[in-house]
Amino acid sequence: MAKNNIKLEAKNLNAYYGDFKALKDITISMEEKAVTAFIGPSGCGKSTFLRTLNRMNDYIDGFRTEGDILLDGKDIYDKNIRVDELRKEVGMVFQKPNPFPKTIFENVVYGLKIQGIKNKAHLEEAAEKSLRQTALWEEVKDKMHKSALALSGGQQQRLCIARALAISPSVILMDEPTSALDPISTAKIEELIYELKNDYTIVIVTHNMQQAGRVSDNTAFFYMGELIEFGKTKTIFTSPSNDRTQNYITGRFG
Amino acid sequence: MSHIDKELKQIQEKLLEMWDLVEYQLISSREALLHHDLVLAERVVKLGKKVNRYDTKIDRQCENFFALFTPVAVDLRQILATIKINANLERIGDTAEGICRIVKKLNGPLSEPLAQESRLLEMYDITLVMLADARKVLTNYDADTAHAILKQDKVINKIYRKSDKTLVDFMHQNPANVATGLQLYTLIKKMERVGDQITNITEEIIFYHDAKMIKHRSDKKKKNRNKDDN
Ligand SMILES: Nc1ncnc2c1ncn2[C@@H]1O[C@H](COP(=O)(O)OP(=O)(O)OP(=O)(O)O)[C@@H](O)[C@H]1O
Ligand SMILES: [Mg+2]
Repeated sequence: MAKNNIKLEAKNLNAYYGDFKALKDITISMEEKAVTAFIGPSGCGKSTFLRTLNRMNDYIDGFRTEGDILLDGKDIYDKNIRVDELRKEVGMVFQKPNPFPKTIFENVVYGLKIQGIKNKAHLEEAAEKSLRQTALWEEVKDKMHKSALALSGGQQQRLCIARALAISPSVILMDEPTSALDPISTAKIEELIYELKNDYTIVIVTHNMQQAGRVSDNTAFFYMGELIEFGKTKTIFTSPSNDRTQNYITGRFG
Repeated sequence: MSHIDKELKQIQEKLLEMWDLVEYQLISSREALLHHDLVLAERVVKLGKKVNRYDTKIDRQCENFFALFTPVAVDLRQILATIKINANLERIGDTAEGICRIVKKLNGPLSEPLAQESRLLEMYDITLVMLADARKVLTNYDADTAHAILKQDKVINKIYRKSDKTLVDFMHQNPANVATGLQLYTLIKKMERVGDQITNITEEIIFYHDAKMIKHRSDKKKKNRNKDDN
């Protein structure tokens, strides 16, 4: 179904927390420079799957995977892959905005500094560029050295997206990025996602069906660790082929 | 029953009430025509106002449903279908009214042999069955019946295509009755439209239930077939 290249794919992926099998035989291909939405009831494994895409789960005791996850055709769980390199390629934005208790400027350039970039002009240029990308520049350019915690929730979330963009990833993972935001901030983030997909591959987890409809090109419906249906968002929201998908998106679950 | 299902059920009930009114208008237009029943003709015209109120009410209900429930999948298809079925029913009602207005201008009942020969009555019979079947299919879906309705419309179209020749012959033989011939032709054209409108309704019902768009498909095929017919 994909008209673009495949950026990310899972092949027969199983994931376990100890004995508990959280993901069951997931096979899915995500298009490059497109938005893929993950939907499904609470606990179905959306976040688990999203976090396996940049190996965020590595830190969890007893977590393991079987099967492959390929980024540009290369297995990200391969022994030779360096996780810090992977994270540069695959950035992440979380449900609750989580700016560091530092200045706005320090937040945006955090990743670059960790990479060892010290040149002040270079850092300033990079900060402006990512803040412009997230449409935050005009709002914060005069208070770059004030605390990021003084920003509103919606501004903080856009700052976190700017922080993710600053290290020039090619994939951005977002786990319910607007669930803590009001409709205006939500609309701004959605607008941003729409802009960003020109340059980035985006994967977003959302509980908001209308949001999935508005921002994504393709939608995957998960249920109890299984991928039930995956297809064009248009098709999923007008004529899903699986009854469980239909019951979920029309709010008639269980 | 969930809130959303109750809302959908209410909209469907309104649509069915409107459907019954329109069906009554169509049946009555036939009676009024055959018996030159001016009282009945007037009643059909008056009922048009009630049908219009239903039309507005159902549209409003659908708008509210969109705004408040932002429906998707089968719910979305049901509301989209309802809006279009509503519009087509209203047009069928208009046609029945139009026929009754013609009745009021006639000097007497339509001659039965003429109605037979021109196949106007046959068109009435077929469309009334189509309309009743479409209603059944809406409340109790069955793909075979739905597709059978679409086939019936082809019969209507064929009758319509052949009617001009029949009527030209009639007018040649009865030059004193040219006016009647023209009126008959108008009636036949109207019934052909009713067939189309019931077809639209049926296509919407199929879309709602099977998520299949069958409208405007195979236009090419149709053209070729018409060529074969000639
Ligand atoms: N650290 C963990 N240890 C053990 N089990 C976990 C852990 N994290 C998640 N799980 C389990 O894995 C399953 C999938 O959880 P996950 O967080 O991926 O669900 P989700 O689809 O993101 O749900 P939500 O919509 O509520 O965020 C759940 O049954 C959950 O209890
Ligand atoms: Mg989650």
